[in-house]
Amino acid sequence: MQRIGVFICHCGTNIAATVNVEKVTEALRKEPCVVFADNYQYMCSENGQQLIKNKIKEYNLTGIVVCACSPRMHEGTFRKTAEAAGLNPYMVEIANIREQCSWIHKDIDEATEKAVILGRTAIAKLTLNTPLTAGETGVTKRALVIGGGIAGIQCALDIADAGYEVDIVEKRPTIGGRMSQLDKTFPTLDCSACILTPKMVDCAQSEKIKLFTYSEVEEVKGFVGNFKVKIKKKARYVDETKCTGCGVCMANCPSKKGLNAFNMNLNTRPAIYIPFAQAIPNVAVIDPEQCIKLKTGKCGLCQMKCGVGAIDYTQKDEYVDREYGAIVVATGFKPIDLTNFNEYGYADNKDVITSLELERLMNAAGPTKGVLLRPSDNEHPKVITFIQCVGSRDVSGCGKPYCSKICCMYTAKHAMLIREKYPDTEVHVFYIDVRTPGKNYDEFYRRAVEQYGVDYIKGMVGKVYNENGKLMVQGSNLLDNTQVVIPSDLVVLATAIEPDPSVRDIASKLTISIDTNNFLTEAHAKLKPVECATAGVFLAGVCQGPKDVPETVSQASAAASKVIGLLAKDKLKGNPCVAHSDEMMCTGCSQCARVCPYGAITYEDKTFGRGANATVRRVAVVNPAVCQGCGACTVTCPSGAMDLHGFSSSQILKEIDFICKK
Amino acid sequence: MQIQELVLHKAEEYLASGKVDRVLAWKKGETFYDNSPAIFTKDNLNGFVYNEFCAPNLSKYLVNESKKEGKILVFLKPCDTYSFNQLVSEHRIDREKIVVIGLECQGMLDEKKIYNLGFKRIEKVEDGLDNIIITADGQQVQIKREELLSVKCVDCKSKEFAVADETIVVNEMKQPDKNSRFSVVSELEKMTEEERFKFWQNELSKCIRCNACRNVCPACTCTHCVFDNNKSGIAGKANSDSFEEKLYHIIRAYHVAGRCTDCGECSRVCPESIPLHLINRKFIKDINDNYGEFQAGKTVSEHNPLVDYTKGDCEPKEMVGK
Repeated sequence: MQRIGVFICHCGTNIAATVNVEKVTEALRKEPCVVFADNYQYMCSENGQQLIKNKIKEYNLTGIVVCACSPRMHEGTFRKTAEAAGLNPYMVEIANIREQCSWIHKDIDEATEKAVILGRTAIAKLTLNTPLTAGETGVTKRALVIGGGIAGIQCALDIADAGYEVDIVEKRPTIGGRMSQLDKTFPTLDCSACILTPKMVDCAQSEKIKLFTYSEVEEVKGFVGNFKVKIKKKARYVDETKCTGCGVCMANCPSKKGLNAFNMNLNTRPAIYIPFAQAIPNVAVIDPEQCIKLKTGKCGLCQMKCGVGAIDYTQKDEYVDREYGAIVVATGFKPIDLTNFNEYGYADNKDVITSLELERLMNAAGPTKGVLLRPSDNEHPKVITFIQCVGSRDVSGCGKPYCSKICCMYTAKHAMLIREKYPDTEVHVFYIDVRTPGKNYDEFYRRAVEQYGVDYIKGMVGKVYNENGKLMVQGSNLLDNTQVVIPSDLVVLATAIEPDPSVRDIASKLTISIDTNNFLTEAHAKLKPVECATAGVFLAGVCQGPKDVPETVSQASAAASKVIGLLAKDKLKGNPCVAHSDEMMCTGCSQCARVCPYGAITYEDKTFGRGANATVRRVAVVNPAVCQGCGACTVTCPSGAMDLHGFSSSQILKEIDFICKK
Repeated sequence: MQIQELVLHKAEEYLASGKVDRVLAWKKGETFYDNSPAIFTKDNLNGFVYNEFCAPNLSKYLVNESKKEGKILVFLKPCDTYSFNQLVSEHRIDREKIVVIGLECQGMLDEKKIYNLGFKRIEKVEDGLDNIIITADGQQVQIKREELLSVKCVDCKSKEFAVADETIVVNEMKQPDKNSRFSVVSELEKMTEEERFKFWQNELSKCIRCNACRNVCPACTCTHCVFDNNKSGIAGKANSDSFEEKLYHIIRAYHVAGRCTDCGECSRVCPESIPLHLINRKFIKDINDNYGEFQAGKTVSEHNPLVDYTKGDCEPKEMVGK
């Protein structure tokens, strides 16, 4: 028979204002096995914890129930408290009477009744608890960063700086990511390449950093501290160890019609190419879809011209197996597809462009060598109209419901740069709101308006249409309640951003949860912004939510510090609340292994009985170090052979019984 | 009948050659319809039978039989072969030790339907493919075969063998329309919630918890059934409601969901004639509607849409069927 103590927290007025804690205490005191019950203003405070410790000793308690906030907040706290008083930490149950009770009810009687039920249920579960001990596993002292944009680069540099090995896997032929495509960066207007390329070079030169460019994560196995990752190195058809990046191959390639993705398809590139001058590694890559030699077997010019014999048409995809202790996901973003936005005429007019395309048009290394020429006729545009929130803050279903966060600032930047460089150009900006929180951000925007005379129009654009060679931008000016039509030479759409599509695949391989907009979900919106629910996996950059370069870099460093904290440990304590199979019940049907997201279940043929009665049966075996205790196997198992320590089926059924009990 | 002789001959041939040690088939019982699964050996083929009253699906018996020494030959009707594959997929039977002979089946008959015709003394029932010739009470009557089909054969799912090392087929088997079996489920779906609840309450209340449906079900092969295991916490639950049987049958349906091949044995053996197969068939229809067509046991594969995750899986909000 257990001796249970019940501790009810007021959480100031968070709980006590809606739940009559005295009544709850009285009611729970009468429950079976309960030998002590009391309430206190802040159970998580030092005094509150001391109360628990004292009562554990005084009443010789075998387990405690704390009626307080969500276990996500303080389960760990109270487990430590119990442990300090000599109890097994898994003899602690939390009844969540805050988030699941006081915060969502208004009526005191109702809330009090529910708090009693929740407390009673936790007590019922605790009567079936058994002490659990966590196992230990080692840690592979190396990290993997998926994505080689500014987030991945910063994260890898920080981890390497702490003395740990780190690999970057980047699907494109070079690291650098979206930031390498930008011309200038707000709010200081320094040249993006000037601040990014030194970091790229640092990555290449660091002894601790290994770059896998033009590579993808093929398979992930294992668990925190012990991930086993298969990396697919796509065939470049160029020997990385030989290529010097001289560019002779590019100059001689006869197939020059490939769209240049780095320049947002605004110009073309040869079939063999280096994405941009500062690419890391500075190694050519052949586009197999475009290469004449690879498609028809005839040509081979680049091979003939290559001075170091780096071209290898027979190269195949290669697979590399690596082990890691931690993984950072930094897969970045892309501008959304604009097919749903016919009203802006993006598909029909060459001179309706996205902001990222404008970046390339203004960049000295871009298709126009930095001279702002409009795509249709290479003329200087005299009137440029920007449209903000294209696809952002859009609840119509065409776009994204969220604010892409970076567009107000980069549009102000574009407007200002154009007015600076071409003072005779007229610049209009249509906006819903201008959002500029951030250090020196609002000052930046005001400069665009006040100093550079950019015409900001509060209102949405209804349509963009072509009339006699002019792009007519028809919108409303909400401040003076008029309809405006602005004949423009160039229209720039501040296009919403969304997570790079590769993130879905990565998320399923790493079992990271993903929200309705494909952003990865952090473990806690406020207190665990770079962790995620899968232990040992961290998030950095836009894959987690829209953010600009400064924020991305901060988050990348935060993720790095979490990785370093993990890799610094020699042993990791596991979670003892894992699945286990009762081999006497198991029929070996294999369903549990199929639903296990972690690959924790294997099967073995086991002999039962002796002599003439011996039978061999196939039974499931759980690797407790890999199991994360999700419980998917326990609900799939038809025989009831699979069960979870700490959350056994009988405990859950008992909880349900006590919730339903009248 | 010709097929009966061919089948017996096949059994004798395999036993005589020593290719198999035992044969799993059907044995004639006391009455014309009472044929039940039995093991035959070289020395004992007494009572061997294959006719229109050999409805029992033999696959499940292999769970134990394939554990024994030596090889075994089993006769499977087309629908039984799906259960066989499903059991191989679940590692419940050892394919290596089994020879599968697929048998022609024109649909098995339901003796209850024959008795319901009002005969007092039935002397003989003969199979004439389209018609059944019944000699009873001193007269001979011809009844259309489809009117006498066993409940499991009324909506035959397939006449194709999912697996067979050899087949014995004399007369052509007409492949049924693959979706017709779901029309009866659609009828249930059209009911209002109250009507449906009433329907099932009426049906399931007849249940006497004899466990025949579970015992015969080829998907129910657990070493220890949760209903027999007090530790599972379910055994008592299934009895704790005034409309007690619903829990038993609903839990059972969930346990076989995605693995049930729709062999219909549950309904065939139910002494209260509860259409239990309709619960399972509803699940099959939902799986087809939500995850694309899936037939458990069509191939040997651990794939089952309910335990497999694919990126193409529909989101809960896209689920069809209520």
